[in-house]
Amino acid sequence: MSKYKNILNSILAIIFALFVGAVLIKISGHSVKEAYYYLFYGAFGTSYNFAQTLLMTTPLIFTGLAVAIGFQSGLFNIGGEGQLYWGAFVTAIIAIKFTLLPGYLLIFIALLGGALAGGLWAAFPGYLKAKTGAHEVITTIMFNYIGILATTFLLKRYFKADGPVDQTVMLTKKARLPELITNTRLTWAIIIGIIVVFLVDQLLKRTAIGFDLKVVGENIFAAEYAGIKTGKYTILAMIISGAVAGLAGGTIVLGVLHRFITNFSPGYGFTGIAVAVLGRNKPWGVLLAAFLFGALEAGGMAMQLFADIPSDLMEIVQGLVILFVAAPAIFEIIFPVIKKNRGVESNV
Amino acid sequence: MKAIELKKITKKFGNTYANNKIDFSVQQGEIHCLLGENGAGKSTLVKIIFGLYQKDSGEIKINDQIVKLKGPADAIARKVGMIHQHFMLVDSLTITENIIAGAEPSSKGFINYREAERKVRDLSEQYNLQVKVDSLVGEISVGEQQRVEILKALYRNAEILILDEPTAVLTPQETKELFNVLEQLKKSGKTIIFITHKLKETMQVADRVSVLRDGKKVGTVETSQTNPAELARMMVGREVLLKVNRTQNNPGEKVLEISNLNYKNKKSGLSLEDINFSIQAGEILGIAGVEGNGQLELEEVIAGLRSFQQGNIELNSKIINNFSVKERRKNGLAHIPSDRLKRGLIQNFNLANNLVLGSEWDSPYAYYSILNYNEINKFKDEIVKEFDLRYTKNNSIAGELSGGNQQKLIIGRELSRETNFILAAQPTRGVDVGAIEYIHKLLIEMRNNGKAILLISAELDELRSLSDHLLVIYEGKIVARGSTDKFTEEELGLLMAGHYQQGGENV
Ligand SMILES: Nc1ncnc2c1ncn2[C@@H]1O[C@H](COP(=O)(O)OP(=O)(O)OP(=O)(O)O)[C@@H](O)[C@H]1O
Ligand SMILES: [Mg+2]
Repeated sequence: MSKYKNILNSILAIIFALFVGAVLIKISGHSVKEAYYYLFYGAFGTSYNFAQTLLMTTPLIFTGLAVAIGFQSGLFNIGGEGQLYWGAFVTAIIAIKFTLLPGYLLIFIALLGGALAGGLWAAFPGYLKAKTGAHEVITTIMFNYIGILATTFLLKRYFKADGPVDQTVMLTKKARLPELITNTRLTWAIIIGIIVVFLVDQLLKRTAIGFDLKVVGENIFAAEYAGIKTGKYTILAMIISGAVAGLAGGTIVLGVLHRFITNFSPGYGFTGIAVAVLGRNKPWGVLLAAFLFGALEAGGMAMQLFADIPSDLMEIVQGLVILFVAAPAIFEIIFPVIKKNRGVESNV
Repeated sequence: MKAIELKKITKKFGNTYANNKIDFSVQQGEIHCLLGENGAGKSTLVKIIFGLYQKDSGEIKINDQIVKLKGPADAIARKVGMIHQHFMLVDSLTITENIIAGAEPSSKGFINYREAERKVRDLSEQYNLQVKVDSLVGEISVGEQQRVEILKALYRNAEILILDEPTAVLTPQETKELFNVLEQLKKSGKTIIFITHKLKETMQVADRVSVLRDGKKVGTVETSQTNPAELARMMVGREVLLKVNRTQNNPGEKVLEISNLNYKNKKSGLSLEDINFSIQAGEILGIAGVEGNGQLELEEVIAGLRSFQQGNIELNSKIINNFSVKERRKNGLAHIPSDRLKRGLIQNFNLANNLVLGSEWDSPYAYYSILNYNEINKFKDEIVKEFDLRYTKNNSIAGELSGGNQQKLIIGRELSRETNFILAAQPTRGVDVGAIEYIHKLLIEMRNNGKAILLISAELDELRSLSDHLLVIYEGKIVARGSTDKFTEEELGLLMAGHYQQGGENV
């Protein structure tokens, strides 16, 4: 499918999902006008609200990107959640332990450590896949549980701050990511996210490493034929993917929570899968998709707050967007123009 | 009566016409062959008849009725059946299940398997299409799979059968059997449209032939009124040399030597046993044999895609037994793989990326890891020009190329690499006569320039006209060897079929 058709399809999917959402709001006895007014207001209405949207966007950029990198290399990494927890944990520990370092260096090293931890955590399933053929979907799911529980254990055993909550002590001021807009919680994390999107895009488009990653993802037999070490690239793809997911955790710790708390993630790792699907596994596409999801999330909260409409409705809308993106055939039935010459009929 | 009549059929992809105002008609009960160069628009035309592509303009009549085909279902309803070259079968289902899928005989919601098997058996007897109705499709030969595809169409009452390059994957024996079936079908009144690149076959089975070139129809002729040379001229638009000119060679140093090679394919049970041969610079060594006698295994063992149990492979004076694919390529290997869709290209990559595949780390295409698309695109333009690659869109992906152009892309990539050993497996499969002429010329040229070439092919003519020496392989063993002139075509046929003297030195 061509690029433009993809974009058109995604936009249609969003419009359609909002339309179905409107029907649901109507059925549940609320005013559609009011609901969507507050949805829009909550997402873009004031600079604070917009900052809120960007805040929600940030972790999804990382987790979406992590899934997309896997997809590009033919891997379905759904272990983002576990990788995110390791990233968050190691980042927090470094930020707490190495306070003698100057601020920027401390932040840099803490994030780097978090990325490494996420990458390492993802490397295991990659290794198992390369050496034994164990399917990464199974192993990464298992590694989610292990990762979340292992960090919880380590926290409780060695790093727990006093008090009833399972959390570390607060980070010192200098270990926190600086605010991007004052009096909001939006930090430099989103800039780091955009930089990582750029880097991954360049990696995939302009380097031989990225080329080989994609070859392995597209056709493993051709990869072997061309002399690409497929096992090596499977592991490498998982490491890069896990490192990016680790950054999601690290930036949340340094930017938002300012400590590590057990069970802090509402499932960013899993939402990343949906973001990657909507972004068609392209880095810049992921950025846009994360932004949309961030807006729905921020707007949904305003909707609940001001119009008393459950924000769960926006989760349904998110789900519908994905449904329509993943099943473009739905549109081809509704709008036959799109169908023409779909796909590639290979012959001979 | 006319079974099919097309008027001014036009189909564009991007800005190029795949079909340009084509008038084409097929009489009921005839075998009509469709010829044309790679990319001429043959597959596109038959896909339009089968409802897989929608025409941009023009008129389709089936049995004298104007029809609108929105999809294959409409075509099937009008008793049109199509046998694709890449079979659409489910490996894990039985032959019967594959044939009836989607049109199961049932009562009260339960499939009546006994009834189904009986029907399939009847059909297979009626047309002499032998299949074992209850074997799994994944376990049968390519020839049998094709018979299953034909039965599938017949089961849906097809009266008009379209076959897109059915013989490209068949052994000579299977081809002969297929032609018998086609004759049988014709006798019972069916109409057949048949695409091929092999002029000999056309002359043998077709009643009439239509030739396409650049999306336009050049003409339709009766087979009895024409000859291969004329057909070739119609296809290409100029005289084509159907035979290459192989001069005396002067072989140089040994480039490849294989000694006591033993390999067992644990999946299929086939073994390569005690393979010994060597190729010198400036020599083409041909491997003759019916497909499935160890050619693929030999190819992949040499290329480094399978590891073998015993023996030695020496390339350019280095033992490469434990070399990776990459190291082998560095040490002089170029490889045209027999399975182009599986190994040779990446369907979703564009031409430039497919052409740089395997050289993506080498200068000038990359500097350390950074790709230089200026150089890569320059290389692409050169290959496109040199090999006359035809495509419709500027950024076409390999999957959109016609079959023959996909092959040219791979050949262009491999032959332009600086190596002195070429492993060429089925290099002209699915390629039109003009391109075959070009590829043959090129291989001979490479040989004359001192390269060593191992040619694995299912085409006897190709082997006989290109090779300096021939080996005959049968069930994984080399059963005869000698210089090409020493074999007659009949002898080769017998040897390939396993008629050789045990232990004796054949030729
Ligand atoms: N789905 C598609 N998208 C874009 N271009 C296409 C598509 N299918 C075919 N083409 C183009 O249309 C032209 C005709 O292709 P077609 O497959 O009909 O050729 P052909 O005569 O069957 O060739 P071959 O003998 O090599 O199989 C080619 O230039 C091909 O690249
Ligand atoms: Mg074709």
